[in-house]
Amino acid sequence: MSSTTKEKPLAQEAKPRVVTSVGDRVFAGLTLGASLIILLALASVFIFLLVKGLPGFTKAADVYGPRASSFFGYVSPLLGGTLIAAVIALIIAVPLAWGIALVISHYAPRFIAVPVAYLVDLLAAVPSVVFGLWGVIVLAPQMVPVFEFLNTYLGFIPIFGGDDDVVSKSGRTILTAGVVLAIMILPIITAITREVFSRTPRLNQEAALALGATRWEMMRLTVFPYGRSGMVSATMLGLGRALGETMAVAMVLSLGGWNVNLLGPGNSSIAANIASKYKERSEDLLSVLIATGLVLFLLTFLVNFTARWIVGRSERKMASA
Amino acid sequence: MAKSIDVSDLNIYYGDFLAVQGVNMTIKARAVTAFIGPSGCGKSTFLRSLNRMHEVIPGARVEGKVVVDGQSLYGPSVDPVAVRRQIGMVFQRPNPFPTMSIYDNVLAGNKLNAKRMKRAEADAIVEKSLRSANLWNEVKDRLGKPGMGLSGGQQQRLCIARAIAVEPQVLLMDEPCSALDPISTSAIEDLIHELKTDYTIVIVTHNMQQAARVSDETGFFNLKATGEPGHLVEFNPTKKMFSNPDEPSTEAYISGRFG
Repeated sequence: MSSTTKEKPLAQEAKPRVVTSVGDRVFAGLTLGASLIILLALASVFIFLLVKGLPGFTKAADVYGPRASSFFGYVSPLLGGTLIAAVIALIIAVPLAWGIALVISHYAPRFIAVPVAYLVDLLAAVPSVVFGLWGVIVLAPQMVPVFEFLNTYLGFIPIFGGDDDVVSKSGRTILTAGVVLAIMILPIITAITREVFSRTPRLNQEAALALGATRWEMMRLTVFPYGRSGMVSATMLGLGRALGETMAVAMVLSLGGWNVNLLGPGNSSIAANIASKYKERSEDLLSVLIATGLVLFLLTFLVNFTARWIVGRSERKMASA
Repeated sequence: MAKSIDVSDLNIYYGDFLAVQGVNMTIKARAVTAFIGPSGCGKSTFLRSLNRMHEVIPGARVEGKVVVDGQSLYGPSVDPVAVRRQIGMVFQRPNPFPTMSIYDNVLAGNKLNAKRMKRAEADAIVEKSLRSANLWNEVKDRLGKPGMGLSGGQQQRLCIARAIAVEPQVLLMDEPCSALDPISTSAIEDLIHELKTDYTIVIVTHNMQQAARVSDETGFFNLKATGEPGHLVEFNPTKKMFSNPDEPSTEAYISGRFG
């Protein structure tokens, strides 16, 4: 009896006393607003692509120019070029980036590691136009002897094959574009993998060393398994960047049709194609270009979701432990 | 298998800082040797110098001699990796490899030796090591599960199993029970008793009762003053150490009248 009478005022007192301060509310509002703006921006980009691009899927073939007879025939070589350039970039950049990250986090003494890390980060600050210029003027001519070498000695592989005259004389091919892209995505992959490598728990590293692991065995036993999800997500972020990069690719490539051979001219990427053609200002062509943009948007979305899923899966595996 | 360790005039540095000065002792084979002393007196540092784990820290180095079975650990032609394969270590906090199963954790050291093992051979090593670590009955039905899923005490015994799977000559333990509850602690202490028939065991502990319970010989480390290097004050059989120590400062520390 007495206990019920005691409880009642307590409950009443607890109800109105919700502690809030002005600062908390302002901060909550700001963060909520910021996240909503991101959603809004993404949604509006998507809606724009959908509304303006949908008609492009069914435009008559004469809009695209001579090379394709349907939208699919138009976009698939571009999509292929986009993917090929991105894959070349990844093949070059990923091992390099992981290596640099390891050197910075585990091998180099501090007085070397810090400036190297800084320089790599600085690479991310170079505008892509500059990379494009460098690619055309400096890198492309240097690539020609490399192409000839590949053609002579690895010509049995179709992507390097063909007669001598297939090889581009200017060096402005998808392979060169891939090399430029590799340098551009190097910083982000390096920065993220460096971060996860250096967060490997000291205890685990010491456990490996105390078992008689060499430095490399210690990495294999602790650093790589621990950093795996970070390494995957870094790669995927790099891939996303390589897929969407416009200026450098547009500048390096000389426009042309689909070409399986990486050493010859031709090939283009979706982004580069849009950048070089949208000024032609024909309404029909514009909607076709936007439609290709929609395809690219969906592709990068897919890549990012796959990356999240892979990362999430390995994290879930760790968490279930 | 078990070997004794002779330490003479050992100075241990972190860069220019002298952390431990002038240690001389002989650690007996097939016995448990405990190091006690206040925090920062250098007992863990000294322990880590016994399997060259000390030099993992940049700038850390050692002067003097550590001789195991006639072989100097710090000789110019000695590879620290080889030393660590002979002298195993168990750390303050359990540190099984988080991405590996219990089974793979036990075998981690053996796999480093790069020789191919038959499945049956590997199974035998895992079972023997886990039995020696008194963990077999608890985990035999879930060897494929991650090592991190075990309790703290079980994880620490898994680490001991991992360390003895490579059959080292010496087992170093750096406060192996300080992160564990009393029941796990007592399990590990029982285990230390059993292991000393096969291994030379060196243990650092903050717990003087533990040192009295598990060890045959005890070394007391202390600092002369803050900022001064740590040194070995007294090294004697545990019974004598806890009943009738030679040094008054040892008695003061053991009886709690420290400083």
